[in-house]
Amino acid sequence: MTLSSHVRLMQGNNACALGALAAGCRFFAGYPITPSSEIAELMARELPKLGGKFIQMEDEIASIAAVIGASVGGLKAMTATSGPGFSLMQENIGYAVAAEIPCVIVNVMRTGPSTGLPTSPAQGDVMQARWGTHGDHPIIALAPASVREMFDLTVDAFNLAEKYRTPVILLADEVVGHMREKVELPDPESVPRVNRQMPGVPPEWYEPFGNPPSDVPPLAPFGEGYRYHITGLLHDPRGFPTERLDEIQPWLERLFRKIDRHLDEICKWEEDGMEDARVMVVAYGATARSARQAIKIARARYGRKVGLLRLKTLWPFPEAVVERLAEGVQRVIVAEMNLGQIALEVERVAGRRKVMRVGRADGQLVTPDEILDAIRAPQAESGPRRVAVAW
Amino acid sequence: MQRYDHGTYEYLRHHKKFPHVWCAGCGIGIVMGSLLRSVQKLELNQDDVAVVSGIGCTGRMPVYMDFNTLHTTHGRALAFATGLKLARPEMEVIVVMGDGDALAIGGNHFIHAARRNINLTAIVVNNSIYGMTGGQSSPTTPLGAMSATAPYGHIEPPFPVCELAMAAGASFVARGTVYHVTELDRLMEQAIRKRGFALLEVVSYCHTTFGRANNLQSPIQMMRLLKDNSITVQAAKKQAEQGQELPAGQIVRGILRDEDRPEYTELYDQMIEKAHGAPLPRKRAVRRGWF
Repeated sequence: MTLSSHVRLMQGNNACALGALAAGCRFFAGYPITPSSEIAELMARELPKLGGKFIQMEDEIASIAAVIGASVGGLKAMTATSGPGFSLMQENIGYAVAAEIPCVIVNVMRTGPSTGLPTSPAQGDVMQARWGTHGDHPIIALAPASVREMFDLTVDAFNLAEKYRTPVILLADEVVGHMREKVELPDPESVPRVNRQMPGVPPEWYEPFGNPPSDVPPLAPFGEGYRYHITGLLHDPRGFPTERLDEIQPWLERLFRKIDRHLDEICKWEEDGMEDARVMVVAYGATARSARQAIKIARARYGRKVGLLRLKTLWPFPEAVVERLAEGVQRVIVAEMNLGQIALEVERVAGRRKVMRVGRADGQLVTPDEILDAIRAPQAESGPRRVAVAW
Repeated sequence: MQRYDHGTYEYLRHHKKFPHVWCAGCGIGIVMGSLLRSVQKLELNQDDVAVVSGIGCTGRMPVYMDFNTLHTTHGRALAFATGLKLARPEMEVIVVMGDGDALAIGGNHFIHAARRNINLTAIVVNNSIYGMTGGQSSPTTPLGAMSATAPYGHIEPPFPVCELAMAAGASFVARGTVYHVTELDRLMEQAIRKRGFALLEVVSYCHTTFGRANNLQSPIQMMRLLKDNSITVQAAKKQAEQGQELPAGQIVRGILRDEDRPEYTELYDQMIEKAHGAPLPRKRAVRRGWF
């Protein structure tokens, strides 16, 4: 019985776990937290059947640590959490960035700050995903908007992590994570899988943090004869701590370069009705579903020429497409379940005067009506206009 | 004359990573020497050995040794090692930590790794102080001792490291000192060989920070303290049988526990077998067509 013959009703979190398994994930470490626990539960059930390992750790710090440890051991590894746990993971996410260990961190966002509103949806961790760990670093973060996309972007997250030797964050929200909808998943065998590059040189020549033309040095798992050192200290091409200026700066530049050179592959988005649009709505995750409905109504009922730019990749921020599309419209509306996070980036690229924010952080989904109000609102005289949402 | 350490020469990254960061007279190098001799004695393949550490003076140990070495974040060495061990159960994973690393910031991971009884060798080099950051109080700083953050004397009781590990469920618990090196080698070998969570507390000292604050500036003074204030498990037992009480602050050396109990990675393998053989649960539609 092949999968493609089955259209089924499925929850986003389950689709995420199945995507991970299809992408080749064979290690999961996690700590219970709503609204992400279903991912751990499904992994606990399925991984042993595939010879993989699931472990419930003592906290989220240990979870991400075990994930990195397993990845060093050669397994594709993942953890899933929500806001409070994501905060705890930040230090070790930075470790994975610095040590260039591939791993996937799923954050099913709920309303914060702190314990917040368990477990109402939010998109308040966008900036934390970018800058949560200390120091200058690149990061990749993806935002799914449907159950099917929970599957697809989880696969993408693993492939990008393995290809670029970097942690990848899947920024889902509670709506997408808990929503059940009709979905048709691809055959697991047909899912594209990228595996990390293994060194092709003898151990004595191996540079785990070297500077190859691709900017991504191959990664040998522990126990394969390549004995080397991994550290969170800034290190030289062999992995040993260094304080030499001529080694630190090139290393940091390479970390950024390996992402920046491949923006075409990493940055994904979807345009809807942008051909003739005079107003652009920028949205992602569950909010993009409201936005889609809003532009449909705006066009059909009010004859407004409105288009949607739905971001699938939040970080690195897809500047090029936002800039290109923003040039062709009079106004840009950014809708998100926070009080302006990705809006800051859009304002930076499109200019503050053009951008209007629609946001709420009260645990409620931004409704199509709220976005519609913004579409129909007269353009602000100057400065960004914030649509106040009653709460 | 053959040098005593001649055989362990090949286990060092001596061309790349020396001189080391430790102060002259530090005990951590003695622990490293003991670790290398044990690996050699047990004839372990270097490729199959991973040494994982956290942050601190002891955390710097792996970089000098030619194994698969992982220098992690502060306190998290055991959690990283747990992931690595699950991914590579065939590898010998040795975790070296300081007292602050293992018991303060990493205290949660310490008790849970012991509870799981996962086959890791945890070596806690206990120097009763945060050395690298300049001599602040640690969870094992003795009551009344002076430190950079206890200028009027420390008012917190110290953690008994071995007792903590035993209570948490470690299957092998031993204590040695950096003065009794031959004994330390023997304990280290047994700790590495043990299948299950093995804790070895190595009582060391920090003459530069702890010593300076407590009028024990010379490593010789500190070594003498280890020599004069410690007793073997057997001797302690005999004293107890004779009804004598151990003087306060006495370090009991030797194996405090050596039990066989189910090991985590072995149990996991059994679970994998069970999960493979079991019929697929039919509760949810999610299952259909999948795996």
